[in-house]
Amino acid sequence: MEQSKKMRQIAIYGKGGIGKSTTTQNTVAGLASLGKKVMIIGCDPKADSTRLILHAKAQETVMDKVRELGTVEDLELDDVLKWGYGDVKCVESGGPEPGVGCAGRGVITAINFLEEEGAYTEDLDFVFYDVLGDVVCGGFAMPIRENKAEEIYIVVSGEMMAMYAANNISKGILKYSSSGNVRLAGLICNSRNTDREADLITALAERLGTQMIHFVPRDNQVQRAELRRMTVIEYSPEHKQANEYRTLAQKINDNKMFVVPTPLEMEELEELLMEFGIMEVDDEENVGKAENA
Amino acid sequence: MSETALKKVTEYTPEEVEKVSNWINTEDYKEKNFAREALVINPAHACQPLGAQMVATSFEGSLPFVHGSQGCASYFRSTFSRHYREPAAATCDAMTEDGAVFGGQNNLFEGLENAYTLYKPKMMPVYTTCMPEVIGDDLTAFIKNAKQKGHIPEDLPVPYANTPSFNGTHIHGYDAMLKSILAYLTKGQKIEGKCTGKLNLIPGFDGNVGNIREYKRILDLFEIPYTVLADSSDVFDSGCDGHYELYSGGTKLEDAAESINGKATISMQKFSSVTTMKWIDENFSGVNEVMPMPFGVAKTDAFILKLSELFDKPVPEALKKERALAVDAMTDAHQYLHGKKFAVYGDPDYVIGIISFLLEMGARPWHVVISRGTKKVKKEIEAVLETSMYGEGCTVHVNKDLWHMRSLLMTDPVEGMIGDTHGKFAARDAKIPLFRIGFPIIDRVNLHRNPVVGYQGAITMLTMIANKFLDIKDETCEDQWFEMMR
Repeated sequence: MEQSKKMRQIAIYGKGGIGKSTTTQNTVAGLASLGKKVMIIGCDPKADSTRLILHAKAQETVMDKVRELGTVEDLELDDVLKWGYGDVKCVESGGPEPGVGCAGRGVITAINFLEEEGAYTEDLDFVFYDVLGDVVCGGFAMPIRENKAEEIYIVVSGEMMAMYAANNISKGILKYSSSGNVRLAGLICNSRNTDREADLITALAERLGTQMIHFVPRDNQVQRAELRRMTVIEYSPEHKQANEYRTLAQKINDNKMFVVPTPLEMEELEELLMEFGIMEVDDEENVGKAENA
Repeated sequence: MSETALKKVTEYTPEEVEKVSNWINTEDYKEKNFAREALVINPAHACQPLGAQMVATSFEGSLPFVHGSQGCASYFRSTFSRHYREPAAATCDAMTEDGAVFGGQNNLFEGLENAYTLYKPKMMPVYTTCMPEVIGDDLTAFIKNAKQKGHIPEDLPVPYANTPSFNGTHIHGYDAMLKSILAYLTKGQKIEGKCTGKLNLIPGFDGNVGNIREYKRILDLFEIPYTVLADSSDVFDSGCDGHYELYSGGTKLEDAAESINGKATISMQKFSSVTTMKWIDENFSGVNEVMPMPFGVAKTDAFILKLSELFDKPVPEALKKERALAVDAMTDAHQYLHGKKFAVYGDPDYVIGIISFLLEMGARPWHVVISRGTKKVKKEIEAVLETSMYGEGCTVHVNKDLWHMRSLLMTDPVEGMIGDTHGKFAARDAKIPLFRIGFPIIDRVNLHRNPVVGYQGAITMLTMIANKFLDIKDETCEDQWFEMMR
C-alpha cells in the first residue's frame, strides 16, 4: 500500500499537565489498531509516557539502569525496551532525582544510546517522542534535531497558559526549522470545556499558520481507563472516546500539512484572547489594582 | 573542633608517616583500594576531544576547532606538545558563563569567522568539550547557520563530532571525529565501478609517528599505493629547518575524498575505529579489514600476509629478510625476557599488541589494567592470553586505574612495567623499570619516533627491555657477580 516506507518521527510538546502523555498513548494505541508499528520514547524524568501501553506503574528507564550499572557502556537494549499493547515498543529516558543533575543531558544520553544500539528498526512506521512540558534547554530539543522528529504536534486547550505555551513552543520550532526539516504539523486540542474552545484553538492555529488537527472532547472514560493503566482504545474499544482517538490517529496518519509556524507577538496573542473573551478588555490603569481597592 | 579533626601534615611524626606508607603496600590496603567506587586516581586514558584533535589535525591544511571551554583546549594542545615536542595548533571558541546559559552559537560564529580569517585553513573540524554537550548545543544547526549568515564560506569543509569528555576516552573521540571527517569529505564522491586501486590505512590513535612511517615503508616495499587516514606523522614530526609552518603534512583532502573508491581499507586498531569501520562497511566500495596492531612477529606476519592477499602481491624479499633478523634477535635476547613478569596498561589495541609480543618472548604478562573499557575489551585480552602457556595466571582489570595498579605491584611483584609516562610513580614505588610504550610519553625524548610495530619494532622493543634488565643487573649485583659478558 505504501511506495517506499519511511519512518515518521513525531514529537509531542505542550504545557505541563495538559495531557500530552495520555493523548500520545491513546493516539499511539489508535495507530497500532490501524496496524501501524510504533515506538514511544518518553523524554521526561517523570517517566509516565508508557504506563498505559505497558499496564505498568512505571517502566524502568534508561537512566535507572545506567544508575544501577554505573555506566551506559554496559547497558543492553533489552534492559530498557519493552513491548506493550499492539506491539508498541516503549522506552523511557528517565532522568535524575528532582533538583540534582541534568535531566536534559539524560535525554541526549538516552537517545544516543537507542541510536547506537539499533532501536530504530526499519519496520517502524512511527516513532513518538513525548517531551517534558516545555523546551527548557538544549537537551529537550534533542528529539527535533536533524534526522530525528520532523513533525511536531502541540497539545493545547482553551486555557490561557496552555495557549501561551503553544505559542512559545512555536517560536522554538521556528528557530529549529531555519536550519533543519522540523515542521509544525498541528495543534491537538485536549478539551477543558472552556467557552468556544474549538473556535479559539482553530483561530490560534490559523494565526500560527497551522491546523487544529483534532478536537478531543473531555470524557471521564479516559480517567476510568487510566485507573486500570490502560488506554481507552484498549479498555473500551467501542466507547465513543475511543473513536475520537482513532480519528486523531487516522488524521495524523493522513496529515500532509507541515509548516514553518508564524508565532504571535505577545500583544497579538492577548488580542486574540480578548476577542474570545478569555481575557477581559480592561483599562490599563486598573492593572495591578485589587478587587476592592 | 572535635578530637577526630584532621591533623596538619606537619604534625604527623615520622613514625606515623612510616606506618602509613608501609600500610599502603599491604593486602589489607589493596582490598580497600579495589573496593573504591567513586574516585579515580591517575587513570591511563585521556578524554574524547583529545582523540578528536589527533584526527582533526592530521589532514592537510586542517585547523582543529574546539567548541567549548578554553582550559580544555589548552590541555589537549599542551599534552600533544609535551609528547611530540612540537607545536600543536588548534583554535577554541572559549565558551564562558553566558555561553552556558544561552547556548554556544554566537561563540561558534565568531570563533569560526576569526579562525578562518586569520589562518585560512582548508578545513576546520569542530569537536566539543563537556559544556556544550551538557547544555545540548545542536552543532548541525549551528554550523549550517554559520554558513548561511556568511561567517565562513559555504564550501569550507566543517565536519563535526560530539565528543563529551565524560563519556568514553580519547580513542572514542578519535573514532567519532574520523568518521565525521570521512563522511563529510567523501559525500557524493562514490562512483560505481570505479576503483583507485589504493589501500586506505587507518592507523588508529597512535602517538608513535614512527609506527605510521613503518606502515608506509612496508607498503612502499610492497609497491602498494595507499592513503593513510589520517596521517599525523609529518604533522607532529616536521623537522627544524628554520621555518615554522602552521600546516605541515597531513592527508590530502582530495585523497581522503577519493578513499571511498579505494580497493581496500585496513584499520590497524580495532577499538579506536569501531564506528568508523562500521560506517566504512556501509559506504566504501572496497573490502574492509580490521587487523590487530602488528606488535611482535605473529601479528606482523598477519598484517603482511593480509596485504599480500588483498593486493595479490608476493611478500617482498626485503621483508622476509627483516623477519629473519627479528627472529634471530628474539632468539638472542629471549633468555633475558623469558619467564619475567610484566604489568601492562594503556589503550586496548596497544595492550593487546604488547601482550602478544611478550608471550612470543616467553615473558609473562601478569597484571593488565585498562582504565576505561567494556566487557568486550576484557574478553578480547583474555582470549590473547589464552593462546599461550605464558598467559596463565595473568589477571585483566578493566575500569581500574594506576593507583589500583600500584596495589597490584606492591602485593604481587613483577619485574617490569609497560605503558605511558603516567605509570612512573607506581614503577618507582615498586622499584621496577617502566618501559615507555604508549601515549603520552612526556618524560623521555624521541620514543615517539622509534616504531614499535613490525619486525623492526619487535627488535626495538626487545633491545630496550633486555638491555634495561642487563643494566639493572650490572648496577645492582655484588662484585663477584659483575661480569664482562652477559
